[in-house]
Amino acid sequence: MLKRSFRFHNTGANTVDKKEIDHFQNFLEEWWNEFGSMKALHSMNKLRVPFIRDGLVNSGRIRDKIKTPTALEGVSLLDVGCGGGILSEPLARLGCNVTGLDANPNAIELAKHHSEKQGLKINYAASSVEEHASQYFETYDAVVASEVLEHVTQKNEFVDACIKCLKPNGSIFITTISKTNLAYFLGILVSENVLRLLPRGTHQFEKLIEPSRLQRILEDYDCRTELIHGMCYNFLTNTWHWCPDTSINYALHAVKIKSED
Amino acid sequence: MKSQKFPIAAVRACAYSDSVSKTHYDIIISGGGMIGSSLACTLGKNTRLSNKRILLLEAGKEKSYSFTGKYSNRVVSLNPATHKLLNDINAWSHIKNSRFAAVKRLQVWDAISDACITFGDENAIEDISYIVENDLLLDAVSKELKNVNNVEVIYNTRAKEYSLPLHNEDKVQITLENGSSITCSLLLGCDGFNSHVRKAMQTQYVTWNYNQMGIVATMELSEEIQNVIAWQRFLPTGPIAFLPLNSKQSSLVWSTVPDEAKKLLQISEAEFVDAINGAMYQTYQHSNIIDTATKIFDNFVRFFNWPVDMSRRYPPKISRIEEGSRAAFPLGFGHAASYISKGVALVGDAAHRIHPLAGQGVNLGFGDIICLNEVLGNAVSCGSVINDLSYLKEYETQRQRYNVPTMLGVDGLYRLYNNDFAPVVLLRSLGLQATHAINPVKDKVIDWAS
Ligand SMILES: Cc1cc2nc3c(=O)[nH]c(=O)nc-3n(C[C@H](O)[C@H](O)[C@H](O)COP(=O)(O)OP(=O)(O)OC[C@H]3O[C@@H](n4cnc5c(N)ncnc54)[C@H](O)[C@@H]3O)c2cc1C
Repeated sequence: MLKRSFRFHNTGANTVDKKEIDHFQNFLEEWWNEFGSMKALHSMNKLRVPFIRDGLVNSGRIRDKIKTPTALEGVSLLDVGCGGGILSEPLARLGCNVTGLDANPNAIELAKHHSEKQGLKINYAASSVEEHASQYFETYDAVVASEVLEHVTQKNEFVDACIKCLKPNGSIFITTISKTNLAYFLGILVSENVLRLLPRGTHQFEKLIEPSRLQRILEDYDCRTELIHGMCYNFLTNTWHWCPDTSINYALHAVKIKSED
Repeated sequence: MKSQKFPIAAVRACAYSDSVSKTHYDIIISGGGMIGSSLACTLGKNTRLSNKRILLLEAGKEKSYSFTGKYSNRVVSLNPATHKLLNDINAWSHIKNSRFAAVKRLQVWDAISDACITFGDENAIEDISYIVENDLLLDAVSKELKNVNNVEVIYNTRAKEYSLPLHNEDKVQITLENGSSITCSLLLGCDGFNSHVRKAMQTQYVTWNYNQMGIVATMELSEEIQNVIAWQRFLPTGPIAFLPLNSKQSSLVWSTVPDEAKKLLQISEAEFVDAINGAMYQTYQHSNIIDTATKIFDNFVRFFNWPVDMSRRYPPKISRIEEGSRAAFPLGFGHAASYISKGVALVGDAAHRIHPLAGQGVNLGFGDIICLNEVLGNAVSCGSVINDLSYLKEYETQRQRYNVPTMLGVDGLYRLYNNDFAPVVLLRSLGLQATHAINPVKDKVIDWAS
């Protein structure tokens, strides 16, 4: 089942780290267990889905259908690093035309399998965003990179590729872990070793990025940051909350500015 | 809601979100009493759930309310939150066009001590609660339900067996009495205090019977009055309450020990009327210590100049009861340890049953409806599946946080008053006086009691 041929092959230069892919293999089955090792990603949906939804509504890209079951109808959205589809599926349910990318073909298999069972139409592809950008220039109304940037070594190239896929005036949504001592302590040491929320080795400190640096990179690629929110996790109740403090986890919404020429 | 009979023949060809098959529904509500019907109407009118296919299943036949002039002996007291919900789903307009009574003042007093507490003011604009006949409420909601096109209603059909999912993604399967079976993603058990849905969940259920029966009747007053006060007097055998219906009639809810209840059902209607008047007016022997203590407390209150409303009123005299309106119901307490499980949630009496002494039973159920409607709407706007367990859990947590203290409070009141041991009477009369005297406390109590 895992040996299908993919439209996108993992070739050439990209920002995907080989070690990272192997690591994810180990807990693929765990993806869809809402109370298993991915529970923090599942529960994060209660924060990040409204963040994306309201961001798109507020940026005026879509008509306000917030009171309907398909508030994001007709929005084309690219979910970069979609994994098993934990975020792609709710976005598709809200009416988005979702394309989910993940460099790990096994994750994509799993995602396809699950979304079919759910009766959702999601276009999943095992590919890096760099490859995707070369074919799908300025295609999407929105690009989402949620909890992936902390696994990427070459940040600039990654962000550049994401933004290439985005239509002018389109929105990019990023959630990631900040690069502070506190984030290192809570986000990595405690959650991987003490609380075992994540398997050991999930995150490496050098790959983390603080909000100000991310904002500068986005500016370099013609994106104006609209909003940065801190996110706090309560591991006792497995719930996320918005907070002013962006020193551990944060969410960012930026809009691609129409080029002058 | 158009098809009355099973199998469901006339299912509209419509692109429903989660469903593919004709016998699959996103939501099935089992039990179409006041709570199940109102829930169906509320969810059906929630625009965020407009692509969900909903079925309401009721074992009984479709009832129609006839406005005969005679009041039904089964009435409920609806609090402002319930009133608002019924207004929001437009069911209240049907009730308003028919009849209801607004309660502006509530007087509660103790037969063994002189302690008394009153809430509200007859001349105030705000209402404390609304007295509505059960059948009228059900009729109003059913009428409104006919305007909701994503809800089907099937009457005369009892669910025989529920098979609940082991995994979150599996469906709930329901076998009907006629042998056919239907499935759903989310089953909402509104099948009353004897809930079979709850039994299928195998959740722990804490229950006990009060050694009491609730006697109801429709009463004629001896003279025409403004009738905006609800009265409740605690007798040694249980509370007796008058709820206003109109200027000439009130409804009786009298909880008492089974022996006395039996007697009250057997005596002639004229004797029954005397018994009611006696229960409201009869003086019981006060013990000296209680009298002295309550007096001291009174002086104490006066000394500190706390605002006290000592304007005690006397309830209306009853001249006769509506023929044949006398009836009795067993009273019990019950609470499910969990309201939810994979693919299922309990709502209303199926989850909790209380003593009617505070008139809270159906209001707790309406509170469940308000909360569940909000939670399911949120789940859908966040792109979650309708049976997402973490959202259902939010419903359970929010409701138990409210219901459990309320139920224990009502049960505590029952125990406090079902006792004529002097120290307990003393405690409760001082308590009643204290709540009466101290406005912030009173505001809290009224919040909770209306
Ligand atoms: C004497 C007395 C006085 C009361 N006074 C008040 C008051 O003043 N204020 C107040 O708020 N509350 C009062 N209550 C409580 C109130 O009546 C209940 O809380 C309320 O009726 C509960 O409504 P429900 O819809 O949850 O359950 P129910 O009214 O019990 O409805 C359950 C429904 O489910 C259906 N059903 C059951 N099994 C199945 C099945 N297998 N398949 C299909 N359908 C099924 C039944 O036919 C029924 O219609 C009083 C109760 C009593 C006994």
